[in-house]
Amino acid sequence: MLELSGVTTGYGRTTVVHGVDLTVPDGALTAVLGHNGAGKTTLLRAVLGLLPLRAGSVRLADEDVTALAPHKRVRRGIAYVPQGQQSFGQLSARENLQVVADAHGRAGRRRTDEALDLFPALRDLLGRQAGLLSGGQRQQLAIARALVTGPTLLVLDEPVEGIQPNVVTEIYAAISTLTGAGSLSVLLVEQHIGYAVEHAAEFAVLTSGRVAHRGQGGVPTAAAAARKALTL
Amino acid sequence: MDIIAQLFAGLSLGSVLLLAALGLSLTFGQMGVINMAHGEFMMAGAYTAFVIQGVVGDAGVSLLLALPLGFVVGGLLGLLLEATLIHRMYRRPLDTLLVTWGVALVLQQVARDVFGAPNVDVRAPAWLSGAVEIGGLALPRTRLFILALAIVCVVALALALRATPLGRRIRAVVQNRDLAEASGISSRATDRVTFFIGSGLAGIAGVTLTLLGSVGPTLGTNYIVDAFLVVVAGGIGQIKGTVIAAMALGLMQAFFEYSTTASVAKVLVFVAIVAFLQLRPQGLVSVRTRSLA
Repeated sequence: MLELSGVTTGYGRTTVVHGVDLTVPDGALTAVLGHNGAGKTTLLRAVLGLLPLRAGSVRLADEDVTALAPHKRVRRGIAYVPQGQQSFGQLSARENLQVVADAHGRAGRRRTDEALDLFPALRDLLGRQAGLLSGGQRQQLAIARALVTGPTLLVLDEPVEGIQPNVVTEIYAAISTLTGAGSLSVLLVEQHIGYAVEHAAEFAVLTSGRVAHRGQGGVPTAAAAARKALTL
Repeated sequence: MDIIAQLFAGLSLGSVLLLAALGLSLTFGQMGVINMAHGEFMMAGAYTAFVIQGVVGDAGVSLLLALPLGFVVGGLLGLLLEATLIHRMYRRPLDTLLVTWGVALVLQQVARDVFGAPNVDVRAPAWLSGAVEIGGLALPRTRLFILALAIVCVVALALALRATPLGRRIRAVVQNRDLAEASGISSRATDRVTFFIGSGLAGIAGVTLTLLGSVGPTLGTNYIVDAFLVVVAGGIGQIKGTVIAAMALGLMQAFFEYSTTASVAKVLVFVAIVAFLQLRPQGLVSVRTRSLA
């Protein structure tokens, strides 16, 4: 379980995220919605430790990880798929997975196989330089790389932004498969209401770095409530 | 025959430049740190050879011992510099330049205090004295040894970067520090190891320089500018480019020197590099990607 309490963070003199409380229960999908500039990515970077907190705390499985370096949080079970289909562009697709698997020995190799089962198309591209793959392929590689760390919580930042529609379907199907198994929690950040509100157990709408609305996903009124909060 | 002799002289000079530049291709090329004390790590490697020869006596054994120990001494100095100063200024290249230049001056003075201002000599082993005759051309054994050592170092570094977990980690951190951290890779630990290896290679370069001349506190300053030129002209972060650029610089210097003088040759080499970088600012070898990351 991930618990954010009073998370406040920003860049330089600007505070971008103000006192956000959020919980991602074990095995559940929690969504954060918001327009460009609402502070979604900033919030996720704070969850990972890539940005220090100015106030508040981040707890994972009852442990306070607020002061931990990002790679230590990853070792405790948080995996991160950042915005923009990021990969180690000069490494091959195989090396992108290996560089993570190296630290996990046999478990790393097993998880690599499982991640590739989720995106079978990647198997034929493993020898290619990651930077030369298409956006969709790079995003599948990014999710696979995150899964190789053996996470209990997967943090996804706009995973289908700028991706061709057929791959969007594949990525959402993969997220559903992962959450369906029940052992993985997902924190999904999106600009669009669709999948996030339909599948999330709970969702929060972020406006100007503050939670403007909280709701239950998957119910008939959820989309309308989320849309209303987003237009405020 | 003259041309072949110049060709060998050029490749020989190129291999010295390559050894000096190889470590920089990691610390400057891959990590972006302008380390002006790199030359002094070479000097430390050279003095390591001198000290070991004083202890061991036998020139052959001491050379073979000095190569790994020079690597360790250079590496440890690099590690110390990284841990105390450089890691505080990763996003401030100009500050790093000034600070490491200061460190270079301090290290030179330390060498002067410990070993004295006059140069000292390291004896070359008997099996490296004389020359190998090929078709009437005498190729000095020391030069052949340095060429072979440069090849071994390049192959070892390329293999280490390409085919080992550590190499993958180094390349991942270099390309995207945040993504590496967010993938569970400790960028601090990786930085330290990278700096250790890069500085250690400077130590090895220093040991080999003892085969070509005497050792003094300012030994490294003769090579640092050329080494940076090699890395920049080769394409930052590209070992292949570093190898080609080192050899090209060595050959140019040798051929220009043959037809003019050493000073004119140096000027001509600088002009050639400036002209080349005007045409191709990214250096000889650059990497294509579809994404920024």
